[in-house]
Amino acid sequence: MGVITDYLPLWGETLLGTIVLFFGGGALALVLGTLVGAMRVSPVPIARGIGILYVNTIRNTPLTLVFFAFAFALPPLLGLRLTSGVSLTLAISALGIYTATYVAETIRSGINTVPVGQAEAARALGLTFGQVMTLVVLPQAFRSVIPPMMSVFIALLKNTTVAAGFSVVNLGSIRANMSEDGENQFIVLLWVMAIFVALVLLLSWAQRALENRWKVAR
Amino acid sequence: MSSVLYDVPGPRAIARNRILGVVTIVVVAAIAGFFVWRLWETGQFSAEKWYAFTFTNVWLQVGAALLRTLQAFAVAAVGALALGFILAIGRMSVHAWVRVPVGAVVELLRAVPVLIFMFLLYYGLPVLGVKMEPYWAVVIALIAYNGSVLAEVFRAGVEALPRGQSEAGYAIGLRKSGVMRLILLPQAIRAMLPVIIAQLVVTLKDTALGYIITYQELLFYARYIGSQSTYGSPIVPATIVVGIIYIALCLLLSLVAVRVEKRLRRSAKIATAAPEALDQEMTATRVIAVQSGLDGAAGHDGR
Repeated sequence: MGVITDYLPLWGETLLGTIVLFFGGGALALVLGTLVGAMRVSPVPIARGIGILYVNTIRNTPLTLVFFAFAFALPPLLGLRLTSGVSLTLAISALGIYTATYVAETIRSGINTVPVGQAEAARALGLTFGQVMTLVVLPQAFRSVIPPMMSVFIALLKNTTVAAGFSVVNLGSIRANMSEDGENQFIVLLWVMAIFVALVLLLSWAQRALENRWKVAR
Repeated sequence: MSSVLYDVPGPRAIARNRILGVVTIVVVAAIAGFFVWRLWETGQFSAEKWYAFTFTNVWLQVGAALLRTLQAFAVAAVGALALGFILAIGRMSVHAWVRVPVGAVVELLRAVPVLIFMFLLYYGLPVLGVKMEPYWAVVIALIAYNGSVLAEVFRAGVEALPRGQSEAGYAIGLRKSGVMRLILLPQAIRAMLPVIIAQLVVTLKDTALGYIITYQELLFYARYIGSQSTYGSPIVPATIVVGIIYIALCLLLSLVAVRVEKRLRRSAKIATAAPEALDQEMTATRVIAVQSGLDGAAGHDGR
């Protein structure tokens, strides 16, 4: 227990770092992913093409490489000075841009689960485009998307640790701090694992709760 | 073309779509143009920055680093498939004393970030007196994580099969191992092949995590050559070169998955085996869920 109680501020700081990365990256991924997802299902061929290009390229890029590019290649390119705030922003961007592809695909597949007949019936009733979307299609798509979307966010939570390789403070980087103080790294890492298991369990519990509440009966 | 989102476009919709198309092109071209301008402005196209890549020796080193990446991937892939089988069979056991602990192990391995597991092997084990090469830390961590994910994939594949398949097996006098080996697993593997390959792409991507624990793979070499001031610190060119190699490798493997999926969809045998399961379970949702590491199965992040 010593490694926890003797270093409470450090654990707090790193946990906060993980949470900031998670929510920052998640917010960016949701915005960008929704945009790309919308492009991929849009009637504009160019937008579809660009959406496919984005998703296929980024999904086939290792997250470490995305981080690498943001941490080392982008600063000289944009003339950035690497303060801790800039590093954090770059890390959040890397996570967001990578996760956005998964969000986009999840949204797209959610829309694909809505039977075409639903929209056709709605149109036949004389609903306008806005009504078809907000009353018929999107509520069903949104609900069917909850479990895979939560999986995407669980993966995002675990991926925040990659930022540790690029000197951004988070639970993955606590090991380095502790080893400077000569603490037992094995024990420290076991604690980090335990925290992640707890956080993932929390998210899966949230997923089940939401799923049961909003499941579409078909 | 009719979709659930919009009808067949009329003249006004067609005109609007054209305008949207032009706007998209302008926005994307602006973003791409900005980056090319910055590349130009910071002299990334200059001969000096690319000088390092004119040496045969540098390319030999890139090749060697690529080989180390592929080596870790190959061993991890084979190991993960093997571990996946063992865990899946353990998890489907009728004996609770096998099923429950194996299930707990699978859940645990899936919930722990791969990088933290690599840290534990590389930095944590020496405390207990076990010294481990970065290579083995990478490979073992990847086997543990992807094996547990693949176990869930195999299990999902078997459970998606109609009950009659195993019942028929028992009816002709097969034992449990025979039913599993001869009837259930071959069908499950075939149906799940695209997901399995998608998970192998995740494994390939995650070998890049080895860079963080100083495994000398592609990214590690890119960092090395990129920080050589004698060549003008060509970090941007190095990132571009290595990025192209990684993306090409993963795309190639992803294409195989798409090919296999198309082939399976055409094949009548699978269609009769589990039509419902294929249509509903094997949608992109499922693939994403599995690829991203949870649901009924990273990032891949994961990883």
